[in-house]
Amino acid sequence: MTRKQRRLTMIAGAGLVFTAAAVLVLVGLREQIVFFYSPTELAEKQLAPGTRVRLGGLVVDGSVERGADGAVSFAITDTANDVEVAYRGILPDLFREGQGIVAEGMLTDALHLEAESVLAKHDENYMPKEVVDALKAQGVWKNGVGLTQ
Amino acid sequence: MIGTFSIAELGHYALVLALVLMLVQSTVPLLGLYWRDQRLVAVSGSTPIAGFVLVAIAFAALTAAYVASDFSVRNVWENSHSAKPMLYKVTGVWGNHEGSMLLWVLILALFGALVAAFGANLPSTLRARVIAVQGWIGTAFLLFVLLTSNPFERLHPPPLEGRDLNPILQDIGLAIHPPLLYVGYVGFSIAFAFAVAALMERRIDAAWARWVRPWTLAAWVFLTGGIAMGSYWAYYELGWGGWWFWDPVENASFMPWLAGTALLHSAVVMEKRGALKVWTILLAILTFSLSLLGTFLVRSGVLTSVHAFATDPSRGVFILAILVAFIGGALALFAWRAPDLKQGGLFAPISREGALVFNNLFLVTATATVLIGTLYPLALEAVTGQKISVGAPFFNLTFGPLMVPLLMALPFGPLLAWKRADLYGATQRLGVAMIAALVAAVITYVVAGGKGVLAPLALGLGVWLIAGSLVDLAERIQLLRAPARTSWARFVGLPRSAIGTVVAHAGIGVMVIGIVGTTAYQTEEIVSLSPGESVDVAGYTLLFQGMSPVTGPNYREDRGQFLASRGGAEPFSMTPSKRFYMAREMATTEAAIETIGFSQLYVSLGDEIEGGTVAVRASYKPLVTLIWLGALVTSIGGTLSLTDRRLRIGAPKPAAARQPKAASA
Repeated sequence: MTRKQRRLTMIAGAGLVFTAAAVLVLVGLREQIVFFYSPTELAEKQLAPGTRVRLGGLVVDGSVERGADGAVSFAITDTANDVEVAYRGILPDLFREGQGIVAEGMLTDALHLEAESVLAKHDENYMPKEVVDALKAQGVWKNGVGLTQ
Repeated sequence: MIGTFSIAELGHYALVLALVLMLVQSTVPLLGLYWRDQRLVAVSGSTPIAGFVLVAIAFAALTAAYVASDFSVRNVWENSHSAKPMLYKVTGVWGNHEGSMLLWVLILALFGALVAAFGANLPSTLRARVIAVQGWIGTAFLLFVLLTSNPFERLHPPPLEGRDLNPILQDIGLAIHPPLLYVGYVGFSIAFAFAVAALMERRIDAAWARWVRPWTLAAWVFLTGGIAMGSYWAYYELGWGGWWFWDPVENASFMPWLAGTALLHSAVVMEKRGALKVWTILLAILTFSLSLLGTFLVRSGVLTSVHAFATDPSRGVFILAILVAFIGGALALFAWRAPDLKQGGLFAPISREGALVFNNLFLVTATATVLIGTLYPLALEAVTGQKISVGAPFFNLTFGPLMVPLLMALPFGPLLAWKRADLYGATQRLGVAMIAALVAAVITYVVAGGKGVLAPLALGLGVWLIAGSLVDLAERIQLLRAPARTSWARFVGLPRSAIGTVVAHAGIGVMVIGIVGTTAYQTEEIVSLSPGESVDVAGYTLLFQGMSPVTGPNYREDRGQFLASRGGAEPFSMTPSKRFYMAREMATTEAAIETIGFSQLYVSLGDEIEGGTVAVRASYKPLVTLIWLGALVTSIGGTLSLTDRRLRIGAPKPAAARQPKAASA
C-alpha cells in the first residue's frame, strides 16, 4: 500500500465508526430520552397512555397509602393540579409527605402514573431542581425563601 | 483558639501568600526565557515547592479547625458537629464545596512541586514552561477559592453547635473516593501543561512522551481507583444496590478516564515510534479539558446531586470562565502551532500502531457519546426550556455497542508487531483464548437454563480478554515452546510495563464478567415482612426476626435482624438498618451485604408500614464484586507499568547515553 492508500484506509475506517456512533446517538436521543413534566403540564398535554415521563412535584399531604408487598400510592402536586402515582418498591430515604420528588414511569392515563422509580435527589433545601422550577411556574416558590403557600 | 484569633486566619493568610507565589510561578520563568535570564528561569525550580507548602498549611489549618470543632469558621459550622466521629471530622474537610476545592488546589500544587523537584533532568526551557502553565491553572483556581468559595470565612458570634455533615457522606468512602478522584483529575493537568509547553516550544519528541507517560499513568491509576471506589460507595450506601447510574456526575469523572485511557495508549506510539505526535498533544489537552468540564459540572450547581453541595451562580460563572479560557486558549494554541510539529513513523493499518489507533478511535468516539448524553439535557433546557432525562437506556444503546468491537479487538493489539504485522499469525496464537471464551459462553448458557444468548456471549467476551492477556504473556516468555527454565528466565527479565499491560487488560476482562453476572443474572425480591416471616431469594432464606433500636454517636437507627440460611449450611445474620441523623433530620439506609465467593447477598430496608411490618428489598448479585476487583486489578497493572525501570529513570537522556540498554526496553 502506498502512503496515500494507508491514509485513506484509516480515514475511511474512522469515518465509518463516527457515522455508526452518530446514528446511534441520534436514535438514542430520539427514542431513549424521557421528558419531564409538572402535574399542570400533564393536565394540559393529555398525553397518550403508555408514554414514558418524568413527573416532579410535592407529595400531597395525607395521600400516601401503603398496600401489601411494598405497593404504595400517592399524589403529586404543583399546587394547581394533582397526579396519582402507583409504585411498587422501596421509597427513597427522603420520601415523605410535603417533600419534593421526581417519579419516572409509564402513564396509565393522562393523570395516572405507574412509576418504576421514585427519586428524592436534593440540594440543601431538600427540593429537586425540576420541582423548584415547576413550583416557580405556579408562582408559589421564591428563591431563597422556598414555598410561599 | 487564643481570644478571637482562630487558626483559620493563619490558613487564610497562607492561601493568599500561595496565590502570590502562583502568580510569580506563572510569569517569572517565562519572562526569564524571554529575557534570557537564567536566574529568573531558575524560579521554576523552587517556587512550586514553596507554593505547595503554603497551600498545605492552609489545608492543615482548615483541618485543625474541623478537628477542634471551631464553629466560628462558617465552613466548619455548616458541615460539622461536635458529636461527629473524628474520622468524619477530618474527611468532612473535603465533604463540602469550599473544602473540596481547597483539596483540588492542594493536589494541583503538589503536582507542580513534584515536577519542580523531580524535573531536574528535563530540558530547562521545557520545565520552565510546564511549571508556568501549572502556575496559570493554580492561579485561576486559587482566585476561585479566595473570591467565591473561601473556606475560612468567620462567623461572629460563633454558634454553639454545627449543622453536621450530610449523613450520606458520613462514611469511610469519603476518606478515599474524593482524594483518589482528585489526584486523577488534577494529575492530568501535568499532561496538559506538557502539551501546552511543547506547543510553545514548537518541538516535541519521544523524550516528551517518555516524560508525560508516567504522570498520565499515575493520574489514570488514581482515577481508576477513585471511580471504582465511588461506584462501590454508591452501591452500598444508597441502598438501591446499583453500581453505575450514568448520572451526569459519574459521567463527569468517566469522560476524563476514557480520554486518559486513549492518551496512555497514543503516548506509547509516540514514545516508541515517534508517530501520532499531533494527536497525542490534542488528547492531552482534551483529557484535562474534560477534567475541567467535570469540575464545572459537579461544582457549579448546574446539576443537582449529592455532589452539588450548594448552588451559587457566581461560582458557576467563574468556573465556566476558567473552563473557556483554558480549553479555548489551549485549542487555539494547538491550531496555531500544531502544523509546525514534525510527523514521523509510517505504519501499515495492521500493526501495533494500527491497533492503538483503533483503540483511540473507539475510546474517543465513546467519550463523545458520553459527552453528548451528558450535555444534551443542559443544552436543550437552555435553548428550549424543555426538561429531559438522558439515562441508562441512551448510554446502553450508544456506549455499549462501541465497547464491543474495542474489547473484541483488544487481545490482538499486544500480539501485533510494530510497523507491519501478521494478523493471521496473531489469530492463530489467540486460538486457545477463543476456545476458552466459547467454552465459558456455552457453560454459562447451559447453567443459566438456556435463557438468552447475549449474556453468555458477553461473559465469554470477559473470558476472551483474560485468556487473550495470558496468551500475550505466554508468547512473550515462550511458555511450553522453550524449556521451563528459559521461560522463567524470560518472565523475570520481562519489562514491568509488559506485565503491567497483561494485568491491566485482564482486569478489564474480570470487570466485564462482573458486570454481565450482575446485570443479567441478579434476582431481586421486594416484599413486606412481619417478624417471623421470611423471603426466599436465589436459594437463600431470609428470616426476619424483628427490629431493634440502636443509638449511635450522632444518629439513632432501627436495625432489622435477619437470619439467612441456605440448605443445611450454617445460618448467618444480616442487619440492615434505617438511620436517622438528628442534626440534619435526615434518614439514610444502611444495607446489609454478605459476600459469598465473588457474589453478594444484599438486603436493605424500606419504610416501616405498621405494626412492625417493614418493606424489604433482598437481592442476590452474582459475581458483583468482580466489577470492583477488576478495576483494582487494572489499577495494579497500571502501577506495575509505572514501576518500569524505563519510566522511573526514563527522563530524556541523550540517545547515545541510552544506547547500550535500549535494546531491552
